[in-house]
This record gives sequence, structure tokens and C-alpha cells, in this order.
Amino acid sequence: MKNWKRFTAIVAAGAMALTMAACGGSSSGNTDNTDASSAAQASSAGEAAAPGQAWYIGGIGPTTGGAASYGLAVKNGIQLAVDEINAAGGINGYPIEYAFQDDEHNAEKSVNAYNALKDWGMQLLIGTVTSTPCVAVEAEAEADNMFLLTPSGTSVDAISGANAFRLCFSDPNQGVGAAQYIGEHNLAKKIAVIYDSSDVYSSGIYEKFAETAKEENLEIVCAEAFTAQSNKDFTTQVQKAADAGAELVFLPIYYTEASLILQQCAAMDYAPLFFGCDGLDGLLGVENFDTSLAEGVMLLTPYAANSDDPLSVAFTDAYKAAFNNETPIQFAADAYDCVYAVKQAIEKAGATPDMSVSDLCEALKTAMTEITFAGVTGEITWEADGEPNKTPKAVIIENGSYKML
Amino acid sequence: MSFFSYLINGVGLGSVYAIIALGYTMVYGIAKMLNFAHGDVIMIGAYIVFVAMTSLGIPALPSLIVAMIFCLVLGVVIEKVAYRPLRNAASKLAVLITAIGVSYLLQNIALLVFGPNPKSFSNIVKLPPVSIGGINISSTTLVTIAASVVIMLVLTFFVKKTKPGQAMQAVSEDRGAAGLMGINVNGTISLTFAIGSALAAVAGALMCSSYPILDPYTGSMPGIKAFVAAVFGGIGSIPGAMIGGILLGIIENLSKAYISSQIADAIVFAVLIIVLLVRPAGLFGKNVQEKV
Repeated sequence: MKNWKRFTAIVAAGAMALTMAACGGSSSGNTDNTDASSAAQASSAGEAAAPGQAWYIGGIGPTTGGAASYGLAVKNGIQLAVDEINAAGGINGYPIEYAFQDDEHNAEKSVNAYNALKDWGMQLLIGTVTSTPCVAVEAEAEADNMFLLTPSGTSVDAISGANAFRLCFSDPNQGVGAAQYIGEHNLAKKIAVIYDSSDVYSSGIYEKFAETAKEENLEIVCAEAFTAQSNKDFTTQVQKAADAGAELVFLPIYYTEASLILQQCAAMDYAPLFFGCDGLDGLLGVENFDTSLAEGVMLLTPYAANSDDPLSVAFTDAYKAAFNNETPIQFAADAYDCVYAVKQAIEKAGATPDMSVSDLCEALKTAMTEITFAGVTGEITWEADGEPNKTPKAVIIENGSYKML
Repeated sequence: MSFFSYLINGVGLGSVYAIIALGYTMVYGIAKMLNFAHGDVIMIGAYIVFVAMTSLGIPALPSLIVAMIFCLVLGVVIEKVAYRPLRNAASKLAVLITAIGVSYLLQNIALLVFGPNPKSFSNIVKLPPVSIGGINISSTTLVTIAASVVIMLVLTFFVKKTKPGQAMQAVSEDRGAAGLMGINVNGTISLTFAIGSALAAVAGALMCSSYPILDPYTGSMPGIKAFVAAVFGGIGSIPGAMIGGILLGIIENLSKAYISSQIADAIVFAVLIIVLLVRPAGLFGKNVQEKV
């Protein structure tokens, strides 16, 4: 009897584990329709693209979890550019094979995704999307001397190696850019900052912002932190900002928390100016969110869907046509530009897909510093340390959409 | 002046912890197991209310009742499928690990069904804020506190005075002896889970009304904090959960306000450790071995 009970218990536990495994499997299958295995199948089913006859480009980012809207945008942005390039004859005459893996904004899962893509035959990586995983993956990629171009990994360490480049601004540059923008446009003198001290992106921007604010003669009257463990209740931080008389609240954080802060400020009748960085991009996409709360929020972003720049217009239209009429966010534009930047660098270097990963990386890292890339997110040149040179642009939210400032 | 607003904000946060902690402590008190999936049942409850209100256009109160019934069934099924077979397992760890497994299972199901993007919850309490001495107190906070008090009183009455409640006490005292005395142990524990999970739906709706962001991970962190609150108040004690929750919220917000927002969490847990050193059974816990 006792053994029988033990047996049923084991069976039940086993069944539990199986359902969970099945669940996890199908969730990644559902969201990643271009994960490594299905991409490999697609290539073997479609026209022959043997290794050496096609560019194997991998992408990594969160397509599930709290930062999913960034990962999904990057995944779609890369897909759009890859499809366009393949339709136009590929890069140097070779088509692109593309696979994207989910990392749930988790460093460990991101390294696993990187290894899975390597097994698939990845020659260069566009990713990862978020900073913390990118730091971990970059360490692996540097050891492999694999070329890495992150569309949106803003932390300084995300491109620590010579193999790595980024398309977006780094955290320090966003902090500097934000403080300069506020100073030059005389938006406010008394500033409060609410930042996530458990997040490298947020605290990185904050540190540089604080330094530059001093140079711009801006007074930071209160700097309040929160962590991933306490990211629901911001009433105390908001209250302290209000008590300190801040005219502008700087939010170098992600949109999920920002939406709560906006709601809690409104509940207290506290209406300062709000200024954020690219992490706020996605705020308007929160389902059921009262977008009137976001009216007047300013953020630094290199791309606005309604700008009249012809490249941006063409990209926005193509993206909407390809993905259910969804308006692309900045991350999609960054990712789209990444593919074209890689294309330009490969063409400049005259590389071919039969080169080894390491040789390709050597060729590309020289070529990257030589090209002047004109994309959806502006005109960019790169330094040898991987940092981009471009001008920061700010947008303001008006009538529920972005308006270029 | 601002001290009172910090205090009120702390009570607001604490009331959310309290209402979650009530469910935790109830299940622990009777079934002697830490139901780590409680936070995720809360999340599911909040999603049901969200879908009922936003997509189906059902008013707030009926939506809440639908969610309570759904979570009640969910709780009973989880208990039956995942916990009951392990109840007599050699190691008490087995059922704890299963609870963590159920927690991840629920999060992943929510990811599949509702998607990863956060949703903004509409407040189910549509009342204007109440002003006392120039300080606005959100009506959601007041309703949450009122709900916690009512739930606390009803639960205490239920456990102390009714027949099924006394059966729960008996099961919690000595499961084997209770069974020998003719008490249906399985039924009693199922009932405990049913009540605890229905309360989770209320907690979910009120939590998301106070902090209106809903995603598949919404329940996990507040769930853990509420568990801390339950331990703080004395796990197994129903009034203890309520007081523990509110104290936790106040300590957290006052340390954010007056010490440092960067180390508020560390302070909260330091206080917990000190309380447990002085009173190992928590503020209201009875100092007997594993008895309610």
C-alpha cells in the first residue's frame, strides 16, 4: 500500500514535470516561429542554402516576459530587412538565413540561446536586445570572435570586446543627451529622478545624467530608486519629488513601471514634466492604458513612426504591411537598420559566407569603422570601440502619438 | 504633513500585502503547506476580472464573482492534482517543490493565453478619493482595508464557530487523529484551498486596482512579500497576517521616505529578522510546535 502510494506520487510528479516541459516548449514554439530548428527546417525545405552559400544571421531577445515588446519588435524588424534583402538578391549575391531565439530578458537563457544559434551555424549576431543579457552573451561572443551588433543593448559593457558594435546610444550617452537636451531647451531647473537601482540600464543612465546635469546647471532635487523587487508602489518616491518641488521628473526606466508612475502622479494631482529615454518607448502600447496620462511626456528616441523622413515613412509602411498594421516602435527601426548596416559593412569588406566566423568578424570590424550608414534612425558612423556617432532626437507624446521635437 | 501621506501610502501598500497574506496563512494554517502558487492564482484572478470587464463588458462586481468562482475551481483542481498525491510523501520538500512548479506552470499558461505584454487594469473601485485633514486617501486603499478586515473577521468566525471550520482546526492540530474521529480530511483541505483561492481572486482584483499593471509575473513578487508579511505576523494566525501585511507596507514606505529608497527592501527584511529573533513564531503566532 505504501509503495503503491509512493508510486502514484512519483507518476503524478512526473506528469507534472512533463506538462510543464510541454508547456515551456510550446510557448517558445508559438512565439518564436523562426527559432533555430524551424528555421533550419525551412532552409532545408526551401531552396538550398548550405553553410557557406548563405549568411547565417542570428538574433536574440526577449519575446516573452516583461520586456517582450522590445524583443518582438527587434525580431520583426530584422525579419522585414532580411526579407527585403533576400528579395533584392541578398548580400554580395548570397541570401540570408535568419533565426531568432527568445531569452526572456535573462542572462543565463540568453547564453543558452547563443549556444543554440551557434549549433545552428550562426556567423554573426544581431543582438541581444536588452543590456543585462547582452553583457553575458558578449563575453561568449568575444571568446568566439563572433561579430556582434546590438540594436538596443545600451549598457557600456554590452560591447566590451573589439568584436561588438551597437546601433543605439549607450546608457551614458543617453544620460548625457537627456541632460543636455533639458538644459539647452530650458525645460526645467529643478529635477527629480526615479530610477531602477537593480537595473544596469537605468542606473547607468542616471549616473551620467547626474554628472551632466551639474555641468548644465540643473539641480537634481531628489533622486529616488526602486528595485525589481518593489516596482509597484511609487507613491513615496513621487511624494518626495513633489515635496522637493521638482518641475521635471526624469524617468530613465522601462515603460511598465513608468505607466504606474504616471498613474500614481495623476492620482496625487502632481503634474510635472516627464522626460525619459528609449525605455519609455512602448508606453502607448500598454493595453487598456489611459494614454491621456502620457500626454506631454518627452523621450529620447532616434525614430518616430509619424516623422516625414522618407526612409522612416517607407520603413513604417512596410512594417505595417508585414505585421498586422502594427506601428513599429524604435526597437524595430534599430533592428531593421542593424541588418542594413551589416549588409553595408559586408559589401564594403567584400566578404563571402564561406569565411570562418572569426575571419568574418575581423573583416567586419574594420569595415564598420569605414562606412557611413544612412538608415531609418539617422546617419551613423562607428568608432573602433563600437560606439555609434549620431545626434540624439527627442519626441513628445501628443494626442496619443509621437511628435518629433 | 508629508509624514501622514507617507503613512497613508504605506497603509495602502500594506493593505494589498495583507489581503494576499490572508490566503497564504489560511492554507498554511490548515494544510501545513506553503502554497507558493498563491501569488499566481492572484494573477489569474486579476486576468479573469480584466477579461470580463474589458473584453466582455461585464460590470466590476459580477466580474469579481466570476473570477472568484474560477479561482475557487482552479484552487481545488491544483490541490487535487498536484498536492494531494504528495501529501503523505516521505519528504515534506516534495510538495513545496511541486508548489513552485505549479507557480511556474500558471505563469506560463498565462503567457500563452494572455500574451507577454502588460495590460493596464481598470480600477474596480469607482469612488472618489476621501479627504481627511487635507490628505487624499484613495478609495481603493480604503476598500482594500475594509475588505481585509471583513475577510479577517469572517474567516476567524468561520474557523472558530462553524462545523467545517472546527473540522479545519482539528485537521490542523492532528491530521491522523482527525481522520480517525470521522472528519473528512481530504474534503476539509479541499475546502481550505477553495476559500483561499476565492480570496486570491479578490486580492488580485484589489491589488491590480491599486497598482494597475497586469502581466503574467504580476503575482509572484507581491506573493513573496505577502508571504513575508504572513511570517511576520505569525504564519497560521489570521489577524497576524492582516497586521503583518499592513506593518510591512508601512515599514517599507517609511524607510523609502526617511532612510533611503535604495535599501528599503534590505531594511524590511532586517526588521523581519529582528522580529523573528525576538519572537520566533512571529508577532501573533502561538509558540507551540506547528499548531494553529
